[in-house]
Formats: sequence, C-alpha cells, structure tokens
Amino acid sequence: MSTQQQEPETDAEPEPESQETPTDQEMSGLSSPQQKRLQRKHEGAAERERAAAEDDLEGDTVHLKVFRFDPEVEGKQEPRFDDFHVPFERGMTVLDAVIYARDEFDSSLTFRHSCRQAICGSDAFFVNGRQRLGCKTQISELDQPVRVEPLPHQEVVKDLVVDMDHFYDQMHSVEPYFQQEDLPDGELEEQRQTRENREKVKMSTRCIWCGACMSSCNIAAGDNDYLGPAAINKAYRFAMDEREDEEIKEHRLRIVEQEHGVWRCQTQFSCTEVCPKDIPLTEHIQELKREAVKKNLKFW
Amino acid sequence: MSQSYNRGLIEDFGRWKEFSAGMWAWIFHKFTGWMLIGYLFTHIAVLSSAIAAADGQTMMVAGESVDAYTGTIQGLEGLFIVRVLEVGLLAVAVFHILNGLRLLMVDLGIGLEAQDKSFYASLILTGVITVASVPTFLTGVGL
Repeated sequence: MSTQQQEPETDAEPEPESQETPTDQEMSGLSSPQQKRLQRKHEGAAERERAAAEDDLEGDTVHLKVFRFDPEVEGKQEPRFDDFHVPFERGMTVLDAVIYARDEFDSSLTFRHSCRQAICGSDAFFVNGRQRLGCKTQISELDQPVRVEPLPHQEVVKDLVVDMDHFYDQMHSVEPYFQQEDLPDGELEEQRQTRENREKVKMSTRCIWCGACMSSCNIAAGDNDYLGPAAINKAYRFAMDEREDEEIKEHRLRIVEQEHGVWRCQTQFSCTEVCPKDIPLTEHIQELKREAVKKNLKFW
Repeated sequence: MSQSYNRGLIEDFGRWKEFSAGMWAWIFHKFTGWMLIGYLFTHIAVLSSAIAAADGQTMMVAGESVDAYTGTIQGLEGLFIVRVLEVGLLAVAVFHILNGLRLLMVDLGIGLEAQDKSFYASLILTGVITVASVPTFLTGVGL
C-alpha cells in the first residue's frame, strides 16, 4: 500500500517544479507590485481563515439591512431599509446573503448579479459604507448589521439596481478598442506585443466595468462630464499599448487631456481604495497627465 | 424605469468617518489653501500701514510716539489672540507645504503605494513643528 502511494508522489513532485520554473522566471521579471499583491492576497486569505475559525459564525444568522426602493409600487416609493436574517454559512459572501434573502424571504428584492466570481462586474454594492463587489466580500469580514445599499452617485432604478448608462457612456467615449490601421505583412502574421509592454498595461486590462471607482469618486460626483477613473484607465490601457501608432496615441491623449479628462483628478485615491481588481487607477491617471504634458511640451 | 430616486449628495459628508487618508489629505489641502489666501489679504492690509507711515503719520504705543507701520505691528503683536492665530497660521502653512510635497511626489508617480503613510507623516510633522513653535510665538505677551 505505502509503496503504491509513494510512487505517484515521487512522480508528481518533479512535475509541478518543472511547471513552476518558467512561471518563476516570468515572475522575477514582473514588477514587484504583482508579488506584493500576491503576498497581500496570501496574508488576507490566512487572516480570513483565522477569522472564520475564531468567530465560528456557523449556525448563526447574518443581519442584513438592505436598501429598498421601487418607483412603480405605491407603498415602496419612499426609500427604506428592510431587515433580513440570513443563516450564515462558512465562506458566505454578501451576494450569497442577498440571493438567500431574495430566494427565501422576498422575491421582489432586486439586484444585478451573474458570474458570482468577480468577473462580470454586475454586483458592485455600497456595503457598510464602501463600494465593494458583493461576490468578493466575505460576510465574516464585516461588522453586523451589514448595510447593503446601491452605489452612490448613480440614480437608483430599483432596490440595489442603479442606472449605469452614464458610466457606460463615459467608458465608450474614450474609444475602448484597439485601433491600428497598418497590419503586419503576411496573412497569418500576428500583431505581437513585447512582454514588457504587456506587463505595463496588465493591471489596466483587469477592469470589469463594475463602476465602483466612479461611484467612489468625489470629483465624478460633482462633475457629470468627468470621464471618471474607469474610463481613463481604459484610455491608459490603449494609449500605453505600443502596438498602436503614435498618431493614435496622440488622438487618445487629446481625448483624456480635455477639460473634463485627467486634469479633474485630484488624487484622493478613493478609486484605488475601492477597486475590487486592485487596479492602481490613480497611478494610471497620473501617468496619463505626465504623458499629456510631455506631448504638449513637444512643440516642434 | 419611469422615474428614479436621486439621493443627491447626502451620503458624502454624512459619512466623514469612513473617509480614507487620501480624501482627508484633499480636504485639509483645500482648507489650508483657502486659509492661506485669507491670510494674504490680512497681510496686505497690515503691510499697507507702511503707506501711512511714509506719509508721516504717527501713533501712540505704550506712551511712545512711533510711526504708523511700527505702531500697527506692535499693537497687533501685543494681542494674545494674534499670537495664537500666528501659531495657527504656521500650522496651516506647514501642512500645506508638506502635503504639497506629497502631492508633488504623487504627480511624479513616486511612492504612490505609500501615499497614505506620507499623509500621516505630514500630519505628525505639522503637529511637532507647531508645538515646537509655541514658545517662540508666545513669549512676552500677557493674556
């Protein structure tokens, strides 16, 4: 028995190593923020586990206070908070809790959600005074009662659903698509990107259009024309892509350096704090500011 | 979606307890900036007494006849409240300078991960410098 068990182990051991070495080499070439982020992630995971073990909320209920509003029903036009007591399960997220509340208690409770794994960006809520993704926020990390509200600075359509049209308009206004006229010769030739350039834009490509940053931004709240962190980040993703021609980059910089573009950012770091994908939004906006200045200083 | 509920700005300043370091830095920077602009006007008003002094106007301070400029300065410096305001002015100016340096670093893209720490550092440094300045500002003035 034991020899049989050992054999696959010895077989398996060199395999992950050989798999890991290339990634390790790649990792050492990575910027250190990535490593820091991973480290933080591991620390966070360990802490969550500890917290879950200590609290042991199992068998307990979670007290949810959920914002309710429905313009189409007579008695619900006045916004109010509904209380739900949801049985806690280990690993329960805010989204799991509101799904339970909707399925078991009140089927009229309305909110957007889709993938439940922080990819689709549908379920950004204002949870305990902060923009968070419902599916990425552990209930065990929050103080009770857990207040779930729709995103601030966006109009509420119903319950936790906000009007995202303006956010999408701003995202589209920076032309968030690859524009390159000259294609490489040869039918099967690809438009290749250097590893370094990929690393540069990597974080900015992680945006899931959840709108948490725009909602947290004090400037975007006061200036409806401001592009907002997400749109500027999108502009950064393409402006920094070296596969696009210089003229297209200049065109992109012209869009972001307008009156309601990058210069509205006052570096409050609110967007960077709330971004569920850890995109360094302020850093990207600041870099675009510097690029815009450099472009305009080039008067020849 | 015939109508939607607009919550306006209520949730913003009502939740000041949840503001992050960057937000506080922004608020303090705005506040100190306006304070310094306000000070500039009072500064001009006080210094403009030099015009009267140039015209030969004099005034009495502590039984002595001095020119209008010296008299105004000495009269103001003799007031306890003015000395306290000067300490406040120093605090405001020091914070604005230190946070301005922090914002300069942010604009240059240096140390953005440490932006909250540099805000706390500038707050602490402002406090230390202000406290250290108190003996200098408050000597020789009675309540």
